Amino acid sequence: MTTYAIQATPILRTLFPNIDDWGEIGHACIDTLLMLGGSLLLTIILGLPLGVLLYLTGRGQLRPMPKLYAITSLLVNVLRSVPFIILMIVLMPVTYFLVGTKLGIRGAIPPLVIGAAPFFARLVETALREVEHGVIEASQAMGASLWQIVRHVLLPEARGGLLAGVTVTAIALVGYTAMGGAIGSGGLGDLAYRYGYLSYKSDYMLVTVALLIVLVQLLQMLGDRIVAHYGRR
Amino acid sequence: MIRFVDVHKSYRVDSRDIPALKPFSLEIADGEVFGIIGLSGAGKSTLIRLINLLERPSGGTILVGDTEMTALAEPALRAQRRRIGMIFQHFNLLASQTVADNVAFPMRLAGERDDAVLRKRVDELLARVGLTDHADKYPSQLSGGQKQRVGIARALANKPSILLGDEATSALEPQTTASELDLLAEINRELKLTIVLITHEMDVVRRVCDRVAVLDAGEIVERGSVIDVFLHPQHATTKRFVNEALPEEAIGDEAAFARVPGRILRLSFRGDATWTPALGQVARDTGIDFNLLAGRIDRIKDMPYGQLTLAMQGEHIDAAMSALRNAGIDIEELRA
Repeated sequence: MTTYAIQATPILRTLFPNIDDWGEIGHACIDTLLMLGGSLLLTIILGLPLGVLLYLTGRGQLRPMPKLYAITSLLVNVLRSVPFIILMIVLMPVTYFLVGTKLGIRGAIPPLVIGAAPFFARLVETALREVEHGVIEASQAMGASLWQIVRHVLLPEARGGLLAGVTVTAIALVGYTAMGGAIGSGGLGDLAYRYGYLSYKSDYMLVTVALLIVLVQLLQMLGDRIVAHYGRR
Repeated sequence: MIRFVDVHKSYRVDSRDIPALKPFSLEIADGEVFGIIGLSGAGKSTLIRLINLLERPSGGTILVGDTEMTALAEPALRAQRRRIGMIFQHFNLLASQTVADNVAFPMRLAGERDDAVLRKRVDELLARVGLTDHADKYPSQLSGGQKQRVGIARALANKPSILLGDEATSALEPQTTASELDLLAEINRELKLTIVLITHEMDVVRRVCDRVAVLDAGEIVERGSVIDVFLHPQHATTKRFVNEALPEEAIGDEAAFARVPGRILRLSFRGDATWTPALGQVARDTGIDFNLLAGRIDRIKDMPYGQLTLAMQGEHIDAAMSALRNAGIDIEELRA
């Protein structure tokens, strides 16, 4: 991608003397958003079924399978307990195998998803457990199959909790993408690390942190609105 | 017809079997309203769930019509369940769906996709339960009684032949309970639906049921037509339920009897006997004298009945008693 240097106005030049290319910051923002969007989508695609599986196979639930539950639960816990920056390094061969590179946005997405999906799956499991047992029993009495119960009862009834879970996961992913910057995935974290930390340009650090705060704030507000609108009870 | 043959149920808790229902057999006829009354923990929730196999029996056979429910594999069982409607104490509506979508839900589960068909049937059902104006509301916007009416409409959606009520009025206020019971009675009459209700309120049984079984600690201790059970309760638990519904008048107690001379009798009459002036006639004919100690005249479902406790004096009490019996009145002698 070609980047065009964008000259700063005199005021910005006085406030942030080290930043001479604001286009680079804009570009980093877009990279962060791309990593966030891509990994959030895949996290939901992977984490939702995993969460449903955890819920269904849990003790006293619709299809209790203690062994399968124990294995899935352990896997989820292991992935969640490895700090993300370590997970990223450990997963490098897997990442290379999956997307053909360890760098850039593409290289960042596999570890982001593998790191966030188990987290999201737990949130899904918790949200589904909030659905009243009576409603599930009523649908069984109406002759619903397991798939119909999942599709037409559990997921719609837990919609508010699931959307809140997506919001929390998206915000966690913002933090993960920033960490990814340290090992070459690009985005705002990369700028903060290279210029702000390694080159002591603290104005870079300030701007990227401010942008991350704005991003998290926007995600939370958006998430709250969506939950309020669709999470009707 | 719903038939339980030698059915029993126990739960396995920490590798020990806890009996919930002792072996029993029971038949519920087509088109009747059958009540199952018991205290909490007596096993009535388990019993009603055996009918649509939400609970599996530990042994015995359960038949609904000609179908042996206990022998069905999963898909056939689901198909059978669609023919058995169920309503619940806490309504169990989908909070995320409108009233109309809740009512359409069982039809959608059964594979109906034509929106015009669904809408027509939903309109019919909502009209029947008097909620036409509430179709687009969400359950959280309705009162308890209205929620239960949505539950009833939903239970009727697939035109079932049986309706199960799991403490269907227990979460409702007394006035609301009365109108919900009227609705159930109307449905039973007009749709010829078999209704099985479990409850801990004798008043529910008295208002709508034809027959009743009394459940005590996992055992059916008494069963029969509601009027027989009401007028002549045998088991201690049954007597407690009957007394709760119809408390004895103060003057009818033992202490009061001690102050009255003569033989003390309890007369029970029902149906047509309620309308005849039998007691006055017999008193004139036999020259006996009577003193009323307690009494009530009331109605069980559609049947009027009366029960009078009285002290009788005179020479021809035996003749009077047989004359009363001939007039269709039951007599219990409380003190000879």
